[in-house]
Amino acid sequence: MNKKGKLMKIAVCVSQVPDTTTKVKVGSDGKSIDPAGVTYIINPYDEFAVEAALQLKEKNGGETLVVSVGKDSNKEAIKKAYAMGIERGILVKSDAEMDSYTVARNLADVLKDYNPDMVLFGKQSIDYDDSQVGGLVAEMLGIPSVGVVVSLNVDGNKAVCEREIEGGKEVVETSLPAAICCQRGLNNPRYPNLKGIMQAKSKAIEEKQPTYTENKTEVLKMTLPKPKAKGKIVGEDASAAAELVRLLREEAKVI
Amino acid sequence: MSKILAFIESRDNKIKNNGFETASTAVKLGAELGAEVEALLIGSSVSSLAAELGAYGIKKVITAENAELEKYSTTAYTKIVADAVKERGADIVLLSATAMGKDISPRLAAKLEAGLIVDCTEIRTEGGNVIATRPVYAGKAYIEMKVNSAVKIFTLRPNVFKPIHADGVIAETEVMNVQLGDSDFAVKVKEVVVSNEKLDVTEANIVVSGGRGLKAPENFHLVEDLAKVLGGAAGASRAIVDAGWRPHSEQVGQTGKTVAPSLYIAVGISGAIQHLAGMSSSKCIVAINKDKDAPIFQIADYGIIGDAVEIMPVLTEEFKKVLSN
Repeated sequence: MNKKGKLMKIAVCVSQVPDTTTKVKVGSDGKSIDPAGVTYIINPYDEFAVEAALQLKEKNGGETLVVSVGKDSNKEAIKKAYAMGIERGILVKSDAEMDSYTVARNLADVLKDYNPDMVLFGKQSIDYDDSQVGGLVAEMLGIPSVGVVVSLNVDGNKAVCEREIEGGKEVVETSLPAAICCQRGLNNPRYPNLKGIMQAKSKAIEEKQPTYTENKTEVLKMTLPKPKAKGKIVGEDASAAAELVRLLREEAKVI
Repeated sequence: MSKILAFIESRDNKIKNNGFETASTAVKLGAELGAEVEALLIGSSVSSLAAELGAYGIKKVITAENAELEKYSTTAYTKIVADAVKERGADIVLLSATAMGKDISPRLAAKLEAGLIVDCTEIRTEGGNVIATRPVYAGKAYIEMKVNSAVKIFTLRPNVFKPIHADGVIAETEVMNVQLGDSDFAVKVKEVVVSNEKLDVTEANIVVSGGRGLKAPENFHLVEDLAKVLGGAAGASRAIVDAGWRPHSEQVGQTGKTVAPSLYIAVGISGAIQHLAGMSSSKCIVAINKDKDAPIFQIADYGIIGDAVEIMPVLTEEFKKVLSN
């Protein structure tokens, strides 16, 4: 319970992304990836957010909601959150390409109605690596946000977090309600048990229509990095070390 | 006519390279668009830094100073940048894609109802439009993007854009009137914990990373020793982070950090696709691995096939010899 004596309302936002072993091919539109043969998973950073939500609920009491914006297939990410223990899920369903701003507006509109004490995000999705949605939603809701969080302690109406910065960490204090964007290291996401997985399969997901569809940004084209020319094997074992150093100095000129 | 505002990050009243990269990029973009360029500094005592920006061609610096701004605050800094964009009438905003820039920019985008393109590795103009290129899928692909809203925000990947010196420019400063209340400090940094003064992999010009081929956690010093000799940073593969040998803050790859140093040395790393995604845009890549078929050799410029644990001490000595000449 928080200081006002009411149970915490905890929301988690999740997305569905190609897994990290995906070999990216450009799709026929020339602007996005070819989805053929791609395995989609819940965004790995969102699992830290789901785990953080569950731990908050277990410690402080409260209720949990998972929200996702996107295609019908995003239901798989919601079901993963269900299997881990989240109680309620909403999908804002749209097949349209949405940029981070549009996704955030739709999330914010759902969350305004829900009025959470805490909103948790993954620090970024591993497809577009945008790391925007958490901050955008927080500002749209008029609540503080902390990004790249590796430790989180909630005490009454405030939270103390550690967040990663270049070469160290910032210890950050924020008032609640707040948005927290979770980084690896924050926790170890639980594995759903069989009962959780079975229950998640049949559990209802509320569907909503998008409230906003106007993107602020536009992708013009997608390209793959130029393949590198075949490198040089300098030699085998430690006897090649001196020659390698010479090449780095005289040929590559990097030292 | 366009007007560009470049937010220049400072910590402890110091501007790091990313700040000069942002300044230079703003000046270059301004010249291409025929746009005015102004830089914004926020902190407790930043006006003395204006001259440093002049050296990179910035003619006008706006300073927002207040004792309470000594430590970074997401909410206060975002408010000031947003106010500055409005007061100065800027329509293009540049920030560095550092921890601070990544924290401010999305909130700024929401405040200004603006489109934001993050982590740009290239910015060019085409018929008055700004076209940005950025990596996606941790560098497995790149996209070209543009912003369609009135205000356009871009964050620049550190270590990619070159700081360019300009002679004879004296930056004029203008003090911004800053009014902040308690609610502007809803998020506040209480303390900054520096990890042993170690250079972060994302900031280093040379990165030496270790993987399973080091055989045991106690051999990781071989990587650190070489990184030290080269004045670089030590990184780690996901395999040894997952195994608990190294902290996650050192992980290079799709679920770790993305790096693009001048020299990347992969030691005992086979090169899983998610690792390659995080480092393949490095300018020169060296691989040391006992398996000649390891995927890392596909993208390496130079390779040595062999036992990393045996090769590393010899290699470090060779570097020492050459660098002392």
